[in-house]
Amino acid sequence: MGKMNVNLCGIELSNPIIPASGTFGFGYEFAQLYDINILGTFSFKGTTKDPRFGNPTPRIAECPAGMINAVGLQNPGVEKVISEELPKLAKCFSKKVMANVSGFAVEDYAYTCEMLDKCDQVGWLEVNVSCPNVHGGGMSFGTQPEAAAEVTRAVKKVTTKPVIIKLSPNVTDIVSIAKACEDAGADGISLINTMLGMRIDLRTRKPVIANKMGGFSGSAIFPVAVRMVYQVANAVKIPVVGMGGVSSAEDVIEMMLAGATAVEVGAANLVNPYACRDIINDLPKVMEKYGIDNLSDIIGGVK
Amino acid sequence: MKQSIFEIKENTALTSNVYKMVLCGDTSDITASGQFVNIKLEGFFLRRPISVCDCEDGLLTIVYKVVGSGTEVMAKMHIGEKLDVLTGLGNGYDLEKSGDTPLLLGGGVGVPPMYMLAKKLISQGKKVSVILGFNKKDEIFYEDEFKALGADVTVCTADGSYGIKGFVTDAMKNMNYSYFYTCGPEPMLKAIYSVSETSGQFSFEERMGCGFGACMGCSCKTVTGYKRICKEGPVLEKEEILWEK
Repeated sequence: MGKMNVNLCGIELSNPIIPASGTFGFGYEFAQLYDINILGTFSFKGTTKDPRFGNPTPRIAECPAGMINAVGLQNPGVEKVISEELPKLAKCFSKKVMANVSGFAVEDYAYTCEMLDKCDQVGWLEVNVSCPNVHGGGMSFGTQPEAAAEVTRAVKKVTTKPVIIKLSPNVTDIVSIAKACEDAGADGISLINTMLGMRIDLRTRKPVIANKMGGFSGSAIFPVAVRMVYQVANAVKIPVVGMGGVSSAEDVIEMMLAGATAVEVGAANLVNPYACRDIINDLPKVMEKYGIDNLSDIIGGVK
Repeated sequence: MKQSIFEIKENTALTSNVYKMVLCGDTSDITASGQFVNIKLEGFFLRRPISVCDCEDGLLTIVYKVVGSGTEVMAKMHIGEKLDVLTGLGNGYDLEKSGDTPLLLGGGVGVPPMYMLAKKLISQGKKVSVILGFNKKDEIFYEDEFKALGADVTVCTADGSYGIKGFVTDAMKNMNYSYFYTCGPEPMLKAIYSVSETSGQFSFEERMGCGFGACMGCSCKTVTGYKRICKEGPVLEKEEILWEK
């Protein structure tokens, strides 16, 4: 059987499969269905400095081959994540978890990351820079190289754990943003976050989602994700975590050929709660089919 | 929660756009009335959450209304076809609080979950009254099925074409009951909330992503904190409801 292990920023993963933040909660719902220790790791629900309820409902709209969500980072806040969620997670997950962090000001990111830096369970900090910067006129940190770099520098100052910056695809030139994060000290880049989308109800003539717009994810965005992973992986020296519409072992291999060291699976978990387990089970035979002995050998195989 | 494959045993129209589907499969995770199942359909990304109408001997009955392209596809499915279904979703109704003379109120496609609830309460020896609300006569379904269970059934139509003219709350005013259970459109739930004289339980509807608590797509605020309609709901107690919208 081929080898599936990969090394992500100095931490060994038994396989490259990582459920993406916001589609896996803090793991327990899925731990009731299968042993989540089979995963490479998982990225937990986006955590902020303060507790958040998020956006009004409806928060979900269906699309052909995908969905739009506007949950709005509902989470109990970093203190409760550390005091309540992580101890519960320790009972069903023995590996290092990826902590996903969001913020609305540079100081918020730094505060949350500093708190999570103290947690042994946390292996990596995945920093989502797609949120609006409340001190910067509401523009997302991830749309400007300098703002993304500023978040990176602030977070790097407060942690010794690997920092992976999660980029938004809703930009003109993702490569310049990835490079700015790398120059600011990022240990890895993950992409793509959801694409901005919208649906309208023909009967009510109103947006389906209360927030009007939301993040489009699912298999429909896979080709965009592959393209951006390819562009970024060819421009930076740090590892890239690829995601966006991944739903099969074949998709994982395609993403790795494009340049991903590890692969996150998002919306697929919401439709098939066993999606990640099934992908991990399918990987050996798909690797054999395509003559792959070691998954780590194919990373960035396409030039 | 369980994911399994069910076979369609029946799929018949009850009205011009409401269908009854009977599915055969592993129903072991369906433990309470008021729970729902989440159905995967070929060609659609998200599953369709639909309430459990009845569940007995490995047969699951759902009654659904054709409201969009997904339910249109369901209405055209044939006996023998297979469906991927997540079962055992949601909390369901708590029967413990019913008292001896519970009142069940269903409006439109809020009627189906009342059926299994009535069946369970009657089997416990409770004297069950049911009020079913519809817009007009040709939209009525399940009146006879509730009567066959032995429930005291009252039907209301908004246009007065059958039964009592008016809403379920018009019929509710003249009734004595120990407790109530309801499911239906939000304006109906709000009206029941204000006229009801006892405590009770309400089943809510919301657009869902996963249906099993992972995505936070269907969260609501309650007196006791944030709840996910799919996980800590869809049934909420009267005392914990916060009407926001």
